[in-house]
Amino acid sequence: MSKVEFNKETGPREVFCGLTSIVWLHRRMPDAFFLVVGSRTCAHLIQSAAGVMIFAEPRFGTAILEEKDLAGLADAHEELDRVVNDLIARRPEIKTLFLVGSCPSEVIKLDLATVAEKLNKRFLGQVRFVNYSGSGIETTFTQGEDGALKALIPLMESSNEEKLLLVGTLANNVEDRFKKIFRNLGISNIESFPPRQSTELPKIGKNTKVLLTQPYLSDTVRDLKHRGCEIISAPFPLGIEGSTEWFLAAAKAFKISELKVHEIISPLINRAKLALKSHKEILKGKRLFLLPESQLEISLARFLHNECEMDLIEVGTPYLNKDLMKEEINLLPDNTKIVEGQHVEKQLDRVRESNPDLVVCGMGLANPLEAEGISTKWSIEMVFSPIHGIDQAADLAGLFSKPLRRNQILTSKTLVTH
Amino acid sequence: MELTLWTYEGPPHVGAMRIASSMKDVHYVLHAPQGDTYADLLFTMIERRGQRPPVTYTTFQARDLGGDTAELVKKNIKEAVERFKPKTLLVGESCTAELIQDQPGALAKGMGYDMPIVNLELPAYSKKENWGASETFYQLIRTLLKDKVSSSEKINPLRWKELGRRPKVNILGPSLLGFRCRDDVIEIQRILSEQGIDTNVVAPLGASPNDIKRLIDAEVNICLYQEIAETSCEWLKRNFGMEYTNTIPIGIKNTIEFINEVHKKLDLPLTNKKELENKSKLPWYSKSVDSNYLTGKRVFIFGDGTHAIAAAKIAKEELGFEVVGLGTYSREMARQVRATAKDLNVEALITNNYLEVEDAMKKAAPELVLGTQMERHSAKRLGIPCSVISTPMHVQDVPARYSPQMGWEGANVIFDDWVHPLMMGLEEHLIDMFKHDFEFIDGHQSHLGHTATNTKDFLNSDEKKEKNSKEGIIWTESGRAELTKVPFFVRGKVKTNTEKYAILRGIPEISDETLYDAKAYFS
Repeated sequence: MSKVEFNKETGPREVFCGLTSIVWLHRRMPDAFFLVVGSRTCAHLIQSAAGVMIFAEPRFGTAILEEKDLAGLADAHEELDRVVNDLIARRPEIKTLFLVGSCPSEVIKLDLATVAEKLNKRFLGQVRFVNYSGSGIETTFTQGEDGALKALIPLMESSNEEKLLLVGTLANNVEDRFKKIFRNLGISNIESFPPRQSTELPKIGKNTKVLLTQPYLSDTVRDLKHRGCEIISAPFPLGIEGSTEWFLAAAKAFKISELKVHEIISPLINRAKLALKSHKEILKGKRLFLLPESQLEISLARFLHNECEMDLIEVGTPYLNKDLMKEEINLLPDNTKIVEGQHVEKQLDRVRESNPDLVVCGMGLANPLEAEGISTKWSIEMVFSPIHGIDQAADLAGLFSKPLRRNQILTSKTLVTH
Repeated sequence: MELTLWTYEGPPHVGAMRIASSMKDVHYVLHAPQGDTYADLLFTMIERRGQRPPVTYTTFQARDLGGDTAELVKKNIKEAVERFKPKTLLVGESCTAELIQDQPGALAKGMGYDMPIVNLELPAYSKKENWGASETFYQLIRTLLKDKVSSSEKINPLRWKELGRRPKVNILGPSLLGFRCRDDVIEIQRILSEQGIDTNVVAPLGASPNDIKRLIDAEVNICLYQEIAETSCEWLKRNFGMEYTNTIPIGIKNTIEFINEVHKKLDLPLTNKKELENKSKLPWYSKSVDSNYLTGKRVFIFGDGTHAIAAAKIAKEELGFEVVGLGTYSREMARQVRATAKDLNVEALITNNYLEVEDAMKKAAPELVLGTQMERHSAKRLGIPCSVISTPMHVQDVPARYSPQMGWEGANVIFDDWVHPLMMGLEEHLIDMFKHDFEFIDGHQSHLGHTATNTKDFLNSDEKKEKNSKEGIIWTESGRAELTKVPFFVRGKVKTNTEKYAILRGIPEISDETLYDAKAYFS
């Protein structure tokens, strides 16, 4: 274990809530619909965060609680029934409907599990109902995906077939690449969770070997373990190093020789190194401050330091599962300062004091920091962009080099920004 | 319960944030869970503001609910006051906090501060954003001016004559996230100044609590956005006798009527009456023969109350359009919108439901839609040109150029914006983020629909292998499959680059690996 400095911070936070993960989950499973049971704020949040206006018919919506719904819970259940009926009549192609709890529905203790159970009986064979909470009092940003996946696990049938299960939402092209590489390694039975169709859930059991693609899936991992799955301990497949270790860990679990892995992936590594070069020239020696948002921060910090030679000032994370992050933390340089939780004001004071070259942060903070002359990168891009795998290492680095490159261009033209 | 996929207005506390963020020396402590902090991005991303909104969220969590959330509120108030040193503190709650009934406003008042504290009670389950903004502005004015109510005499709009100075007015209603407010204020101030009228205070945009206390130094209030300022104007009239204007200066006729109304209230003669009609290009542009094709164009209008009503009048009287639909999502303005619709012989559509708006639009079969960003999308699906005239705010509605809707320049802007049908194309900042999504890949239709380029000719060819470039390069099955995964709008470039790379390296067949090799080579 490297001498990593762990700190905890409490105070006002500036992080998206778990509802936001609907934005990528609904794109992963186009036959699913996400119905938030919440307030006008929830509707406004996913609309604002997602920019849903560019799409004709998003596969998510909100059942907005009104005064009369708060008065009597029985009425709220009936109302929800009515809304679901309307929705299914309008969108008959929906196969799985997620009832997503929110802060207000949690506080008034709306029992979405019971509602889902009743609806499952009524719509048997047509639509499946599952529920989870994406509320901001319980979840941050990417934790919403954890909740959604955990909710699907009871629907997964058992099987003792040996397989590799990739867990966590990936871009389709990245997933295809991974599967191809695993097949080349000799692992042929590979499935993904979540799948591309909500109805095509993988079967799981004691011969299922789980390889995580995203670090924010603590609850999902726990439930998969309960179902007998074996969790392969590995860093996350970001950058060349993380991806290599990740492939090696999988190979080990399937008793494939290291030599074979290196044979398959070294051409990939060589070309990725070539592609990384121009980005590294920009990033090298630059000082990086990561504010907490996506839980990808530790993996990003590891990649940006080890492969792009950036200096780490502070690595914020909204939540830290030391167990899942063990392999990542081992790869961090000595004396890395990790801060779990947030006091946004104090943290911004530290940003200003340390005068970083680049800050990774949420959308609400980016422009104000830019106005202070600090380059930023939005955390949300990491969950929308295909950044996983060796082939994407340069693209990942590019997300960080671009704002710096832009700053150089604009400064050289003596552009006044404020 | 109301099912919605899209909403025209946010919750009422976002309205309160609009007021707080528009002003100086004001801080808003909002009792809210962490998810509600998304609202910051409305200001920093959509309005492109270089400062965070002056809002401290308590960001309570589930584990706090068992304990003392009231203490958490107090702690955050204390920290916010110490850090930001506001001259006035707004305290309120969002929808979730309303349910746990901590009454943060009352808690704040019990903390012994001597600055004015405004306790905002904004019922989140029955009211919406514009109402929240209006109520916040009103409560703020009331709090800051209530001491002066009994001591003040009623304000005589003609007192400027006795005082031997130019008449002074307040401009009330412009706020952040309001449609082109920033530029409207400049335009209206300029017009008033030309007429010999000074601006006393603009609020909430740019005002401080001290400015609010000075509101009663003016003779008349200009109620520029009724959604936000009417309640306040009414209160100032009731308590200080201040007159306020009703005409919204959007369009030539309304701008002239507005100037006349202000003059009448101040008993001020017009200084340059004859010049007024020549101040804007709209009347001549509209009359010029080139505009003949605009005659009787069928137009459908939907938006907030202020802009929808103004648009209807301009469309009919200044551009010679036929208004075939008029509606608003602002229930508070329903009466006025209904009256305008009645004059135009159409039935007003008062709704929150964008699908109802789309249906009405379809039925009315207009040639032009004037609406919000949502109607722009609906119109695009229906193949109808559209111009955006109203909030909810979108980053495109905060242009870099001077682009008011009000006054003379506003009329010029409106002529251009409505007459050149908007070709919005791809909103790059969003597309870039979503470019790897299947919506942009073959077989799925986004709203771009038929306009999206199709590569069927190349990709769906029956031949397994096809010589498809002059140099005899062959795309293998895997290469082709990989290429289909590239978003259509960069696919051409990727294809060319990959072939260039293949030629360079003497590779006869392009596989998926070649594609990635080329990508790495050119990156």
